[in-house]
Amino acid sequence: MAHRTDKALTYGCNRFMFVNILFRLGTAREAFDVSMTRVRGGTGGASPPTGTARARPEGGRPRLGHLRRIRADRALLLFAAPGLAYFLFFHYGALFGNVLAFQDYVPFLGISGSEWVGLAHFERMFTDPLFWNAVKNTLVIAALQLVFFFPAPLALALLLNSVVGDTVRRFVQSVVYLPHFLSWVIVVALFQQMLGGAGVVNGWLSDLGVGGVSIIGNPDAYGPLVIAQLVWKECGWATIIFLAALSQVDEQQYEAAALDGAGWWRRLWHVTLPAIRPVIVLLLVLRLGEFLSIGFEQFFLQRQSVGPETGEVLETFVYFTGFAGGDFGYAAAVGLFKGVIGVALIYAANKVAHRLGEQGVYKA
Amino acid sequence: MSRTNAPAWMGRPTPAVRAAKAVALTVVVALVVFPLWTVLATSLASPQNVIANGGWVVWPDEFSFASYTEILQGGIISRALLVSAGITIVGTALSLVCTIGLAYTLSRPQVYGGKPLLLLVLFTFLFPPGMVPLFLVVQGAGLFDSYAALILPFLVNVFNLVVMRGFFQSIPSELIDAARIDGASELGILRQVVLPLSKAVIAVVGLFYAVAYWNRFFEAIIYFNDQAKWPIGTVLRQYVTGGASLAETSGELAATSPQSVQMAVVMLATLPIVCVYPFLQRYFVKGVVTGALKA
Repeated sequence: MAHRTDKALTYGCNRFMFVNILFRLGTAREAFDVSMTRVRGGTGGASPPTGTARARPEGGRPRLGHLRRIRADRALLLFAAPGLAYFLFFHYGALFGNVLAFQDYVPFLGISGSEWVGLAHFERMFTDPLFWNAVKNTLVIAALQLVFFFPAPLALALLLNSVVGDTVRRFVQSVVYLPHFLSWVIVVALFQQMLGGAGVVNGWLSDLGVGGVSIIGNPDAYGPLVIAQLVWKECGWATIIFLAALSQVDEQQYEAAALDGAGWWRRLWHVTLPAIRPVIVLLLVLRLGEFLSIGFEQFFLQRQSVGPETGEVLETFVYFTGFAGGDFGYAAAVGLFKGVIGVALIYAANKVAHRLGEQGVYKA
Repeated sequence: MSRTNAPAWMGRPTPAVRAAKAVALTVVVALVVFPLWTVLATSLASPQNVIANGGWVVWPDEFSFASYTEILQGGIISRALLVSAGITIVGTALSLVCTIGLAYTLSRPQVYGGKPLLLLVLFTFLFPPGMVPLFLVVQGAGLFDSYAALILPFLVNVFNLVVMRGFFQSIPSELIDAARIDGASELGILRQVVLPLSKAVIAVVGLFYAVAYWNRFFEAIIYFNDQAKWPIGTVLRQYVTGGASLAETSGELAATSPQSVQMAVVMLATLPIVCVYPFLQRYFVKGVVTGALKA
């Protein structure tokens, strides 16, 4: 049970999701194979008795035809139809739409009428200083997120976990989860209200007779600002996963450590952290897989305030090139490039996580 | 802090430790609550109060709802709130229907094509549609300047789908088999057996969808030429973070202080979430962790 819970924990944050789906698929496939083996009975030929009412004749008996299976499942397939139509139309349609990355796309002519240009957009991309500027900004912000945002929920979760009073703990949890549900527009507005030139903090500073601080609209402060916003918005929500992991730590180990005279720090270092290390490592690996996914709306909203030199990241570059600049083909090429790199990173992270998973996730 | 349920091995922490913890927790809570509080206070303050204090207040001299009555009297913000509410209600309902249907089918073992269909859906998570190609799909579907452009492209979320599927899988198959033997149709099983057992996960997933619809603002910028159709998030962005002053957005608001009105809009955009949140919060762990646990 414990190891299953640990895997489930990783569902707390959707940015860490994909690999878990793969894990789950893997285990689902195993379960499926096992059950099929059981159904087939491994005896070859003899039709074995089955316990499940829904088990279809497989292996021994002749398979039902596709049409008959579809008809047997027609109600279920009908339930699934609207959702599947959505994925086919919007997701796979858009996937196909990526061909315009290889076109000199003219909206008036459409995809079928526009001229093919091969890899011209990609060649342009690699020599475009504006593109490389966006890459640089994306990498800087991604690195800041990794170093400063990643450990924050762990620290908050350790603090919350050490609170014994249930009421206090639940109250604090309710409060810190809330910002996750506010939109980036509101978060950015709140930060302007607090830290802006005429904001609350500068008002206090001038009351104290100290000179004001320039944070909003100051390119030098942009990195710390966007990290502070991310921590404010998501840190509480991200504790869910660590709190669930912490609740799985074996009480007896704490007790034994305490009997041996270990204080709070040593219990943390020798019991708590080793116990949740698999979760930390897994999340870290998955975060690396999503390294380039730093978010769009937050940067879209604030790019103007600091200018593209500092504020342009890859996704805003796609937006401003495509929608403001009308250069759809080039924008699509940059988007496709980022998407492909993203897939490669997730794939690599998944490999690593799978390897760690054997001892990290499954055994915890 | 009650220490009744502290295990014996923990011992009693020193007063210094307890004080440090209390301070840390207070700071954390204050960091979240205080910005929201100043927004509320500023939105309720009189214009003189706001101007005298330099654009914001922490405690209003007198409470006045003038800003709220002003923006709720009609005009662009009232309309935007209605648009957002409509999109949220219709969108959440449609999303839930589609998600439940797809998740239920994918949760049944050995449904025809179940495995490939699941992979088909999960692949979209690995490679989300790019901004530009998705724009062309929406444009091609003729959804420009249509409220459907804020709903249909986000109808089913893979994360919500997987959570819900996991929950459905945790329902004992004996229950479903028993209903089937009693002659219930698939729809009957779904409605009378599965859904009543899944209230927690439906509440959580419904909340996730509703919040996403309510907060959506970017798509209206690219899909709507007609600004009168903008939802509240887009309007808010236009003059709170986009630099446009309130006077440009709607001319009739000179009587109240612009800051109060701005903050009233922020408050109105936040309020539905803050109001719904406590009722659903108890389902978070129950719905999400349980749903994922048994997946």
